[in-house]
Parts: sequence; structure tokens; C-alpha cells
Amino acid sequence: MRQSIIHWFKFASPQGFYPLAGRMIPWFWAAAAIFGISGLWISFFVAPTDAQQGEGYRIIFIHVPASWMSMFIYLVMAFWAALGLALNTRVSGMMAQALAPTGALMAALSLWTGAFWGKPMWGAWWVWDARLTSELILFFLYLGFMALQAAIDDPRRADKAGAILALVGVVNIPIIYFSVKWWNTLHQGSTINLNKAPSMAQTMLWGMLLMALAFWMYSIAVALTRVRAIILERERHTEWVKHALE
Amino acid sequence: MHWNSVGEFFAMGGYALYVWGSFGACLVLMVAEPLLAKRRLNEVRKNLIRERLADELDHPSGTS
Repeated sequence: MRQSIIHWFKFASPQGFYPLAGRMIPWFWAAAAIFGISGLWISFFVAPTDAQQGEGYRIIFIHVPASWMSMFIYLVMAFWAALGLALNTRVSGMMAQALAPTGALMAALSLWTGAFWGKPMWGAWWVWDARLTSELILFFLYLGFMALQAAIDDPRRADKAGAILALVGVVNIPIIYFSVKWWNTLHQGSTINLNKAPSMAQTMLWGMLLMALAFWMYSIAVALTRVRAIILERERHTEWVKHALE
Repeated sequence: MHWNSVGEFFAMGGYALYVWGSFGACLVLMVAEPLLAKRRLNEVRKNLIRERLADELDHPSGTS
């Protein structure tokens, strides 16, 4: 028992986590490729044409996964930030910092694909709708987090300041999620609802879920790559880094 | 499979701009981001190895 606890804590330190991340990355890339290829196959060749939106609806297969990831990554980032703030663990701040650019990318993709879907269906690239506006705020929260961290030289202080911003910004996540319920919006309701059977064709649902898994694996792989770079940047004066590189 | 030709596939029932504009942007960003992250990692690795080499030249083993 005691042995296994020590074993796990090893990975909570930068020198334990750095090689572990390196070993995990190829597996996440492989999973991302498998889910991505099968998801794209279903998206374009299996899922039927939509009765109302024709082939234009196929944007859903990246729009929904990107939007989910943009919100989910924010929650994970805020979780690590809070952990770092509470326990002062070194890897936590690095994880939060590594996740922010990927989250920003997902928010940008969500907005971009949303615009390219809105134009043919609503006739406008952009409307100041509750869902769209709160997602835009999410994008700015990511950019603000990155800018704030970049502006403070001392990484530990940057982590603290960033953590507070990340935690305050968490309120925006339920606002995005429930915006289609709370306000009368142009944006359609949630695609998947836990309380009732999905209203879409089974194959469409499968395509979307596979694409979501692919986005998930992609995000983990790229965030782990970035966290490795951050670990080396921050720990470059330590003994273990000198021995870790060949 | 409901496409009768390659052209029909690329036309996306008249929504080509919107569908390919979305998937294209997705592809570009999701190729660029990992490459940038990888380059950042390689960059810091390279610098660290260079620093260590310089260190070893300044203090040949045993004398530091």
C-alpha cells in the first residue's frame, strides 16, 4: 500500500512526470488517429444527408467536438490551477499553462466552424447571441490567461495570478452550457441531452462521438508535448534535467 | 455511400465553401499546433544540451 502511494507521487514531480509524459504521447497520437479516421469516415461516407440542412450539417462533426473540448479543457485547466494554488505543487501550474493554448485553439475552431455553419443556415456569420457571445468570452479568457502568464517573469507568481483568473472565469462555463436554455437564442438546443434519447440519427451520433474522442486524444497528446517543454524550461537549472537529456 | 462521383463529394451539395472552410481550418490548426509544440520542446532540449557542452568545456571533468 505504502509502496504504491510513493510510486504515484513520483509522477507528481517534474522529474517523474517528464519521462512518463514522453512515453504516453505516442499512444495518444495513435488513439487520436484511429478515432479521427473512423470518425471522418462516418462523417462523410456513412452519416446520411440531413433532411433540413442537406450536406451543410456535416460541420457538426467538428463544431460540436471543438466546442465541448473548449469548455472541458477550461475546466481541467482551472482544476490544475486550483490544485497548484492550494497545494503549491509544481506540475499543476505547468499543466494549466500547457492546456491554455490548446483550449484557445478549440474555442477558435468552435467560433470559426460556427460562423461557417451560421452563414448558410441563419444567413449571418455572426450574431450577438448568448451562446456565441459566451463562447467568445471563453476564447478571450484563454488569451487573457496566456497573456497574464507571459507578462509575469517569475513562473510561480505567474501561476498564482493565472490561477485566480482561471478560477474566476469558471463561471462562464455553465453560462455557455445553459445559454440555449436560459435565453431565447438563435443557436439550436444541445445536441445531446442526458435526460432524453438523442434526436439525431444513430450514425450521426456515432460520428460525432468518435470525432469527440479524437479531439480528446489530440488535446492530451499536444498538451503533454507542451508540458514537457515547459518542464525543461522551468527546471533547466536543476540536476535531474542535466542527466535527463542525452 | 451516397456520393455518385468525386466531384459530387467535393461540391457537398452546394455547401462546399462552408463544409471545407470548416474542415480545412480545423486541419490547418490541428497540424500546426503539434508542430509548434514539438519545435518548442526540441528548441529547449537543444539549448540545454548546448549549455551542458559549454559547461563541460569550461570545467573538464574532475576539475569542476
